[in-house]
Amino acid sequence: MSEAKTKYAVEMRGITKRFPGVIANQDVDLFVREGHVHALLGENGAGKSTLMNVLSGLYQQDEGQIYLHGKPVNIQSPRDAIDLGIGMVHQHFMLVESLTVTENVILGLYPTGLVINMKQIEDDIRELSNRYQLNVDPSAYIWQLSVGEQQRVEILKLLYRGAEILIMDEPTAVLTPQEADKLMNILHQMAQEGKSIIYITHKLHEVMGYADRVTVLRKGKRVETLDTENTSKDELACSMVGKEVLFQFDKADREPGEVVIQVEDLKVVNDKGLPALKGVSFEVRQGEILGVAGVAGNGQRELAEAITCLRPIKGGRVLVNGRDVTNCPPRDAINTGLSHIPGDRLGRGLAANLPVSDNLVMKVYRRPPIATGPLVDYKEVNSFSSRLVDNFDIITPSIKTPSRSLSGGNQQKLVLAREIDASSGALVAFNPTRGLDVGATEAVRRELLEQRDQGAAILLISGDLDELLQIADRILVIYEGEMMGEMAIEEADIDQIGLMMAGERQDNLSNSSNE
Amino acid sequence: MTETMIISLLTITVRAGVSLLYATLGEIFTERSGVLNLGVEGIMLMGAATAFAVAYHSNSAWLGLAVAGLVGMLLSAIHAFLTVTMQADQVVSGLALTLFGTGLSSFMGQRLGPGGTTMVGLQAPTFQRFSIPLLEKIPILGPSLFNQDILAYILYLLLPALWFFLYKTQPGLHLRAVGDNPTAADVLGIQVKRSRYLYTVFGGFLMGVAGAHLSMAYLQGWAMNITGGRGWIAIALVIFATWDPFRAAVGALLFGGINALQFRLQAAGTEIPAPFLNMMPYFFTILVLVFITWGESFRKRLGAPAALGNPYIREDKK
Amino acid sequence: MKIKFERRLKEAKWAVFVVPIVSFILALGFGGLLLLAFGINPVKAFQVMIQGSLGGRYAITETVVKAIPLMLTGLGVSVAFRMLFWNIGAEGQLALGGIAASYVALFLSDSLPNFLTLPMMVIFGMAAGAIWALIPALLKAYLNVNEILTTLMMNYIAILMVEYLYLGPWRDPDGYGFPGSAPFPDEAILPRLIGRVHLGIVFALIAAFIIWLIMSRMRWGYEIRLIGENPRAAKYAGISTTKNMILVMLLSGALSGLAGMAEVSGIAHRLYQGLTAGYGYTAIIVSWLASLNPWAVLFVSLFMAALTVGGDQLQVAMGIPAAVALVLQGAILFFVLGGWVFINYRVRIIRTTEATQVGELHD
Repeated sequence: MSEAKTKYAVEMRGITKRFPGVIANQDVDLFVREGHVHALLGENGAGKSTLMNVLSGLYQQDEGQIYLHGKPVNIQSPRDAIDLGIGMVHQHFMLVESLTVTENVILGLYPTGLVINMKQIEDDIRELSNRYQLNVDPSAYIWQLSVGEQQRVEILKLLYRGAEILIMDEPTAVLTPQEADKLMNILHQMAQEGKSIIYITHKLHEVMGYADRVTVLRKGKRVETLDTENTSKDELACSMVGKEVLFQFDKADREPGEVVIQVEDLKVVNDKGLPALKGVSFEVRQGEILGVAGVAGNGQRELAEAITCLRPIKGGRVLVNGRDVTNCPPRDAINTGLSHIPGDRLGRGLAANLPVSDNLVMKVYRRPPIATGPLVDYKEVNSFSSRLVDNFDIITPSIKTPSRSLSGGNQQKLVLAREIDASSGALVAFNPTRGLDVGATEAVRRELLEQRDQGAAILLISGDLDELLQIADRILVIYEGEMMGEMAIEEADIDQIGLMMAGERQDNLSNSSNE
Repeated sequence: MTETMIISLLTITVRAGVSLLYATLGEIFTERSGVLNLGVEGIMLMGAATAFAVAYHSNSAWLGLAVAGLVGMLLSAIHAFLTVTMQADQVVSGLALTLFGTGLSSFMGQRLGPGGTTMVGLQAPTFQRFSIPLLEKIPILGPSLFNQDILAYILYLLLPALWFFLYKTQPGLHLRAVGDNPTAADVLGIQVKRSRYLYTVFGGFLMGVAGAHLSMAYLQGWAMNITGGRGWIAIALVIFATWDPFRAAVGALLFGGINALQFRLQAAGTEIPAPFLNMMPYFFTILVLVFITWGESFRKRLGAPAALGNPYIREDKK
Repeated sequence: MKIKFERRLKEAKWAVFVVPIVSFILALGFGGLLLLAFGINPVKAFQVMIQGSLGGRYAITETVVKAIPLMLTGLGVSVAFRMLFWNIGAEGQLALGGIAASYVALFLSDSLPNFLTLPMMVIFGMAAGAIWALIPALLKAYLNVNEILTTLMMNYIAILMVEYLYLGPWRDPDGYGFPGSAPFPDEAILPRLIGRVHLGIVFALIAAFIIWLIMSRMRWGYEIRLIGENPRAAKYAGISTTKNMILVMLLSGALSGLAGMAEVSGIAHRLYQGLTAGYGYTAIIVSWLASLNPWAVLFVSLFMAALTVGGDQLQVAMGIPAAVALVLQGAILFFVLGGWVFINYRVRIIRTTEATQVGELHD
């Protein structure tokens, strides 16, 4: 029995992890061999990060057991994990910018006692860096380094602490293709030397190109585990996306009318200065919902922000109702009747401590009858708010309750109410049902359909493919800032969509069945 | 200017800068851990009053100094407790400390003299100046630097020690990390809250000593507003020095020197009115601030603690 | 075992009232102990304080007089704080207001018809305070320079300017060496209403009304609130943070400048040393205690002023240092600061060191 077990460096058996309202991991098994690069594949919400957070000590599992080299272990904190040789490189780096590489690497340790023997430590680090071709200068300051280099510092930190099992969370999300290539080579070499690498990703080409084995997760459960040489992109995409659909909506047929939102060759840059959108074009017509599918982090947020004038546009145009709104101030967007349901309601959509009524009037407070000159008529505010609360069935003790106290679903309904009321037929919705329970989700989707039936043009950007399949009329797939393909909902082929979401262009698909 | 004039100028400058530097160093360490302590003025006043009162009644200058340091630690511990544990607003807490310290020291000053009378005008054991035999022979620097009181000499040793601690030791490294990116430090196992407590209290100790220096060495007596705003100057100095101990020393000499010099300059009949000279340091500090913020890379290089002023709440971080 | 603070879903309403009251009582207890330690009867001392600040017409008018600058600066500071702009510079803005008003009184009043002198002083005073506040505002709005530190530095510069003026070029030639400027002509003096209470109280009341009007009835108030609560949402709603930062600071500085004008014109009748007595800092405390509500600012100002006046009375009547008032103020603040956490957080004692974070969904 123990003979069979010891060939695995890591065994996670029956891991279940629950959070309020959601089961992030349900009875998941993961076996990783020494010297392997093992990919963890799945969509948003599949549970990949959660599982790895359990392994790296950030969370504790509710059920299940972890074994390292056959021995059961109890990991209570990141410290425990590191002591056991497990280290994780997160998407958001944990580096102190004003310090050097060396200083960051030795934080929390006392490698040479109280006084730092910089020379010796730098030599050690340089040796490690050379061994794995990380090419990091120990005396450089973090703020001087590129993102790729910073990521390698994070790896260095783990290696210095003797990590044998490294977990990378979507590492190429922040890298250029060249840096990504470099990273994969480094990981490969580490695997050759006997380290075990677990690699979270949603990109099929990475899995097929670099991993030895892949485990596919979907909605918290393990779907299958395969050797990559025995599978194909098609098969993986199919496992990743699945074929279940939650509810059925009766969608009325509609003839789409005039073009309302027009996007031409849009080029946008993200917060780090890298291109997020590389020339995207599409149209949304009256009375239709255009869904944009894709795994999070492929330019969706930047797309939503660029169209609603919250992010500068570097190239291309956006027209709403024929008016060019490229790079206009946010107020213009409001004036042209373009509404936006933001991806994080508490971040941008709501002022949590202000009452429901204050939040509801955010877009209309400048107009009569609510405003007369510089004054605000709060009686009008109240009646406006009450009307919206009734129409959209927002459950709140009163319109003066701070919006923070509402449930997630009702907060979202608040945002929806405000935006729909203020829009004149053009709506951009970004992850509108994220974090909502089943009932609220259904209500929101129903509302969007209702608006569409009344002639609104809705751009629905969502990481939830089921949502798009239910209510969209057409679906576009976005990957790394480019449109991979487009199809009408009647012709929607889930396998094809899955492949597109993972990097295959539509043109390359149709005929061949295997890759 | 003759050599004697230079020496006497330098001597006064150093004398004036000692208490300022103690306070500034204390605030530097506090702020490096991410805590803004605006109560420096209040702590210094309490340090001055306590040192003098204890010295007077116990006839021991050292005891006075020790108690002043303790009082500084206690007061800053209150600030740490309120801001780190109770997550209260750092600005308001610091101002409350100033109010409290100003009031209590004034109260003590009027009531801790013999038989419950005022301390003004009393004589107490002090730290006198003395010169160090060989070192005082060094041309110019000798008679000025090495003809000071014991607290100044301790400072000469303390300064490089603190610099070494900050930049060359592991705990100093952790301190720098905590102030700049507490989340990263936390994930790596460094105790953020404990560090903040520790360094705030340590800072308070130095501030108490700074106050003691005023009443026991520099001015040798008690008067109600004995600090004359030095606590606030120290806060400005921290920025001017970009949170670095040696630059703080330069700044303290500058500020202290200008302050002490104003009378000399007036006597020498210069055109620039004294208050304008006094204004220069504050003006320069604003310039430094603009410089640091504007040039992001400057800020990173000069090490302004990025997390200064924000309470660290682990729960909110996710 | 660890003590953890959990964010409450709603503000604990009871705490908003209970905390200040309990803090006050605890602070009184502390003050009482302090007095006892020095051999003073605390009950008698408190009685004298109450008598001196609220007992009788003279006492009350003195309290109001001391409250006026607090009210004005407190209002100014509270408006800035609403927008999360930490204006620590009220002291300097007040000083500049006093300087400007003094300038009019001393040098321009001759060329002005008498009835215009006071209005000009008001305008100059407010303008000077506004300009003084504008500099840190611009630095923050366009260069993102920390406003706590810039406003603090501006204070020093302002205080030194005042000192320079009344010791130097504006020194009273007949002053016999007392630090201060020449006294103002009659037309530059704010008329008194009751006792020493001057027209400044009317300014304060009007200012409170205006602030209240803005915050609760005007679009601008809504915008300020929104910026303070969620700047991203405000940007999304098309509100310009830069423009508002500057406007709000101009208003904030103007109010403190008005306070300075009121002090030199209504109380001292000259530019003098006591102008910079720390009102600007106390104003921060006042507005914080008042939770930024304009009417509460008036009330809390009276309260703080009562403590100060009571302290003065203590000195006069019992020879106890007036500084007791400062100690009490500091103590009240400490307790309130400590108690404030209970409004938004609940205390929980947990036994294990389990990480209890909620799952993070990918963006």
